Amino acid sequence: MQEYPKIKRLGERAILLEFEPEISSEILKKVLRVKKFIQEKSLKQDIEVTNTFNSLLVSYSPSIEDAYGEIFRLFEEFSGAKISFKYERRLFHIPVCYDESFAFDLEEISRAKKFSKEEIIGLHSSVDYLVYFTGFLPGFLYLGGLPETLHFSRKIHPRQSVPKGAVGIGEKQTGIYPQSSPGDGILSGILLFLFLIQLQIHPAKFDRGI
Amino acid sequence: MAEAEIIQPGLFSSIQDLGRLGLRKFGVPVSGAMDQQAAGMANLMLGNEPDAAVLEITLQGPKMKFTGPTQIAITGADLSPDLDGVKLENNKVYNVQTGQVLSFGRRIYGYRAYLAVKNGFQTEMLLKSRSWSPGITPHNRLERGMKLPFLESEERSSEKNAAVKPDAYITSAVIEAFRGPEYELLSTSEKETLEKGHFSAAKESNRMGIQFQEKLENSLQPILTGPVLPGTVQLTPSGILIVLMRDGQTTGGYPRILQLSEAGINTLAQKLPGEKLQLKLIKYK
Repeated sequence: MQEYPKIKRLGERAILLEFEPEISSEILKKVLRVKKFIQEKSLKQDIEVTNTFNSLLVSYSPSIEDAYGEIFRLFEEFSGAKISFKYERRLFHIPVCYDESFAFDLEEISRAKKFSKEEIIGLHSSVDYLVYFTGFLPGFLYLGGLPETLHFSRKIHPRQSVPKGAVGIGEKQTGIYPQSSPGDGILSGILLFLFLIQLQIHPAKFDRGI
Repeated sequence: MAEAEIIQPGLFSSIQDLGRLGLRKFGVPVSGAMDQQAAGMANLMLGNEPDAAVLEITLQGPKMKFTGPTQIAITGADLSPDLDGVKLENNKVYNVQTGQVLSFGRRIYGYRAYLAVKNGFQTEMLLKSRSWSPGITPHNRLERGMKLPFLESEERSSEKNAAVKPDAYITSAVIEAFRGPEYELLSTSEKETLEKGHFSAAKESNRMGIQFQEKLENSLQPILTGPVLPGTVQLTPSGILIVLMRDGQTTGGYPRILQLSEAGINTLAQKLPGEKLQLKLIKYK
């Protein structure tokens, strides 16, 4: 049996803590609890702790001696500590246009899943998504909670260019492209302009776990 | 404030420093000089702060006119720099007078050169860094007519002006790498190909990532999107190896099979597309 989290080094300037590989709010809570603990414990040097669905990355300045040992000790300390942890939830309504002139891959997904386009749209817009983290590109939100029937493999050859504002699906995730970039399958098209403006000015508005 | 006026932009140059630290949480790439060792050396030679902004010059250098006096140092690749037609050496400090023109010529070795001026270029600071980065800063490459500001600095007597020998790391074909988080998912033969094979950068490479021309057939499954860093080597299902570089994304869903050492990143930054290289697996100390 594997024990989580697994603690590994990632190059000379970072340590990776990996939890169970699942997209779930339970795992996210575990991840965020350890994140808070590490952030609050006074490591002498500047460190940055970021999270994904099931990972924490502790990045530090190369001048730190034995950061790996220090993180390890911190984690042991954490295992014995009880810390209170709450997070606030906020709900954002994001208008999405699923017109086929934007939703390049809707047809393909519809055929593969044997659901009508209307059903796909209904499913995709029927649930509340949880912001797990921002990554990949500046302001790119990773949203969990995609209905299982919409899980779709990443493209073997990623699209050369995905337009700004596009909403994509990759495996169990859905995400919004804040700028044009190469990317995975596009479910739908362009969002309201207002949303993008907000996203660019206040990426912190969508901090993880809200 | 004096300026370096860009007469010709060359192939691809950009202002870089140590990059944007502490902004991964917003998905902002760290950026900064591709070859941090060379950029650091240029600043060190002029007595600049380590985070002073330098000009990163790729393969074909620009032509620029200085509107005030300063001292300069050029490190990294040797792209045959000259000042008003007088040949300059890399890794040496020179005085520049008002009105002098700096040009570059034929490549001798390496791929990226660094030009530092005394106290660093004073271009705009954005999100705690002067590094140009696509999607973050208004510019990401040097263009004709641009003016790069710097603080004037009067001539100083040349005490010890011997050039430092160019470092062997620039021309080395060996790229150091640690095992990545998903390395153990590779089969024995895939691992062998990785260690014994020759690789080379593809034309599609840039500051975001260096893609290898040679493929590595594999049957690895995608991973749940996780953190990646400059130097992370991703393996796509179609067998493409992508080394994320300084402008690289902050998270990714392809298996992370290797992680280059800092020295490995610096050496890779000096490789021309097509130049042969080999990966050398090293262990953490």
